This record gives sequence, C-alpha cells and structure tokens, in this order.
Amino acid sequence: MCGIIGLFCKDTALESKLGQHASDMLAQMTDRGPDSAGFAIYRDQVAAGKVKVTMRIQGEKTDFVDVRSKLMQQFGNDISLKPLANHAVTVLPVDTEQAISWIEKNLPECVMTSIGRSIEIYKQKGLPADVIKQYEFESMSGTHALGHTRMATESAVTAEHSHPFSTGLDLCLVHNGSLSNHNQLREKLKNDNIKFQTDNDSEVAAGYLTWRMAQGASLNEALEAAIEDLDGFYTFAIGTRNGFAVLRDPIACKPAVIAETDKWVAMSSEYRAIAQLPGCEGAKIWEPEPATIYSWGDD
Amino acid sequence: MKTFDLADESVSNLNQALHLPASGGLEFMVLNPGGKHCVAVGAVADTRITIEGHVGYYCAGMNQNAEITIHGNAGPGLAENMMSGKVRVTGNASQYCGATAHGGLLVIEGDAAARCGISMKGVDIVVYGSIGHMSAFMAQTGRLIVLGDTGDSLGDSIYEARIYVQGKPKSLGTDCVQKSMRDKHKNELGALLVQAKVSGVDISGFKRYGSARELYNFKIDNLSAY
Repeated sequence: MCGIIGLFCKDTALESKLGQHASDMLAQMTDRGPDSAGFAIYRDQVAAGKVKVTMRIQGEKTDFVDVRSKLMQQFGNDISLKPLANHAVTVLPVDTEQAISWIEKNLPECVMTSIGRSIEIYKQKGLPADVIKQYEFESMSGTHALGHTRMATESAVTAEHSHPFSTGLDLCLVHNGSLSNHNQLREKLKNDNIKFQTDNDSEVAAGYLTWRMAQGASLNEALEAAIEDLDGFYTFAIGTRNGFAVLRDPIACKPAVIAETDKWVAMSSEYRAIAQLPGCEGAKIWEPEPATIYSWGDD
Repeated sequence: MKTFDLADESVSNLNQALHLPASGGLEFMVLNPGGKHCVAVGAVADTRITIEGHVGYYCAGMNQNAEITIHGNAGPGLAENMMSGKVRVTGNASQYCGATAHGGLLVIEGDAAARCGISMKGVDIVVYGSIGHMSAFMAQTGRLIVLGDTGDSLGDSIYEARIYVQGKPKSLGTDCVQKSMRDKHKNELGALLVQAKVSGVDISGFKRYGSARELYNFKIDNLSAY
C-alpha cells in the first residue's frame, strides 16, 4: 500500500499556500505509507537556456560547501545554489545535457532527483511529517505539487527508491500499485538511452512516459500508450511543467479520488486527504474511471 | 446517548462497545471520524449510530441489526458483509460497498464507485446517484437499485440478484440481460424506494436487469474445447 496526492492550482491566488495545503494532504496519507515520503513541487520557473537541478547529497559530507565551490569554479558566479537539509536546488546557465554530464562526472557525492525548469523533488526515508518538516514543504509556494507516502512492496526502503520518480525534464510520477512487466520494459528502455537509478517498478513507468514523450508524444498520448504497455496495478499521478494528470489501470483496484473546484484540482488515494482543502464542501468529487486519462494544464 | 469523539478515543473502544449485546436500544454519536478505517464495524444489536464526518475503509462492516448513518463520504468497503440492519451514507461511497452482504438495507445518497454490491448475497442496496464499473459482479441474491447511471459490465456473471436502473447502464456484463418489469417487480421496487426514503420518482422509468442463466449449466456445444 502507498498513498499519493496531487494538488494543481487553477487560481493563481492559491499558489502562495500550495505547500501548506499539499503538505496537509501528504500527512493525511501517513497510515498508507510510513516508510518514506517525497514530493515534487513546480515553482520559480527559470528562463529558457538555464536549467534547474535538485540534488541529494550522500556520503560523509552533508553540506554543500564543496559542491558550491566546484559549481562556481566551473560555471562562474552566475549560478545559484539553495541547500535545504540534504537536498539542494541549483540553477545553472547552461543547457540540460551539459549540466547533467558535468554533475554526473564532477559531483559523485550528489544524486539528481529532478531536472527541468520548474520542478524540484525532495524525498527521504521516514514519516511524512518528518519529511515535510525537514524540507519546509509547508512554506513553499508553487503552481502544482505531487506527493507520495510509501509502504514498500517491490524494492528496498531507501531515499533512492522513494517517490516521486523523475526520468525526464520537468516530468515526475507517483504510483500506488505494482507493475508486473517492469524488468522487461526497463531493459527495453535502457536500450533507448533512458537512464534508471533503481530497480523500482514505478521508476520504469516514469521512464516509459519520458521515452514516449521524447518521441514526440504529448502527455495524454504517452498515457494512452501506457495503458497498452504497462501491465499491473496502478494509480498514477503525473506532473509536467504546466500540467497534471491521473490514470488508473483498466481494473482500477487501487484507490483514487479526484476533487475539482474553480480554484483547484486535487487527487488522492483517499478522500480524507482532500476533505480539508478550502471549498471542498462545494467541490465536484468523483473516483476516476478505469483506463481513463484525466489531465489539466497542458495536454 | 453515548458520544465517542474519535479525535480522542480509539476506534477499537467504539467497536468494542458496539459488540456488546447490551448496546441494544442505545444511541451512539461518533464525532471526528476523520477518514479513519473500520469505524462502527461488527455492531450486533439494534443500536442507532450516527457518524458526523467522513469515514475511511470498511465502515459498518459485518453490521447486524444496527442502524448506522454517516453524514459524509465513505471509503472503500462500506457495509461489507452486512448481515442485517440499515446503513445510510449522505455523501458518496467508494468502491465495493455492500460487498458480499447477506442482508439489511444500504442506502447511498450520492454516488457509489466501482464494484458496488459485488457478490451480494441478500442485501438491498439503493443508490440515489450513479455507480461504477463491475457493479453486482457475481451478485447472488438481493436487490440493487440505481437512480442514476451505471459503469461498464453491470451484473457480470450475475446469479439471482435483481437490478433496477433508472438511468443508463454503460454496458452489461456477461450473462446479464434486461428483463421485463412485471407487477411484482414494480411492487418490490416501490416498496424498496419507500424504505430508502426516495420520493418523487416514476417507477415506470426503471428497467430491470438480471441473469440470462446461460452460465449455469455446461453447454454441450463447448464439448470440443476439452
């Protein structure tokens, strides 16, 4: 069992409270996933030509002092680096490929959790309440956020295996369920240069969408194809730079509920995560149909 | 009236009180359920239980005799395996409400999600709104009444349960067919709507669905498959 949440602001006035509402939702899902938690937040989009990377530091050093000096040495003073506990967000004035290959080569102590222009991903072992506090989720503003509380079934309990998973630019996925053809699919995607950090099944779903979209598919088209190609049980919430989508497998055993008002769209594994949102009493509330794509923002 | 505030008291304490035959005739008020699971499960006596707020999984499961009202929404498995009594939810119910229930009356004032009444064994279920896919799958006996529409595969592999739908089924499952509305069916439906406190609907707007009984016996035409 796992818990997933997503909150998408339709009204920009809500953006300053996104973190507060989304972290309340995430905390409600503690019973469904006390092993680890994580969230993706879309905020402070950087200009075209720049790239924003979220990194987690591991090993003996827990601060980013050395990382900062290496980055400045390479990219000059026109970088920013904002550490938050063992994660840090850096904005680099180079193209994505350059940034990724340089970080992979020169910052072996760092694992990239997200890459794009607005996405930031924070994830860690431990109770959702601790993860929320550690990364100051409550005080964050942004356009949309997705979160996950994990009760592991398929693979180990580590920060790497926590959700959200991101394998493409500004794309992330949270998953409740289990996939049965992930090993085969991972091998196939690796051949097409999709990179994976773990043996986790959900990361394969994220990689699959990245692969489809790299071929020119829209998010909706990639999800249509996923219904055919992914075998298993799933409720997915997917974030892109401007959009948010929900998909359940054709049997739809894994729970999901969506609520929408003229100010926001929210999804969660259980209604109790949504119940506390402002204006929920007047929201349209439904359980998503099996094998049906629901999306907001971009198509 | 005995009040259980689940913000302070455990669900187990509430349920243990409901497991006592001596709870018969008493009234219980449950506050701040906050989406907790297994609220008011296993009641045995003719207790009246009012729940103020949303409940999580398996509320009112295995109910016997008690009358349980939920002012809010219910998570998956509402009134699962109910034996008798009444359960009413003023909002929506999540998937597999009334699953395997043997008796009693389950009323959903909003919508019910997928697999409503799956394998029902004698319960009566009345849904004011619509229901999701695979509802009444392998339903054995009892009545399922839906004022709205249904999802795909209604009544797949149904036995002898009877389904009445005012709206439109998205599709019927294997061996589920539309059947004629005879007087006894109209009377049965009318009586159930009264019990469920539904008024102002025209019984002639309902269609009845049930088993074609094609799956009951081995078909000699299939012999060559073995």
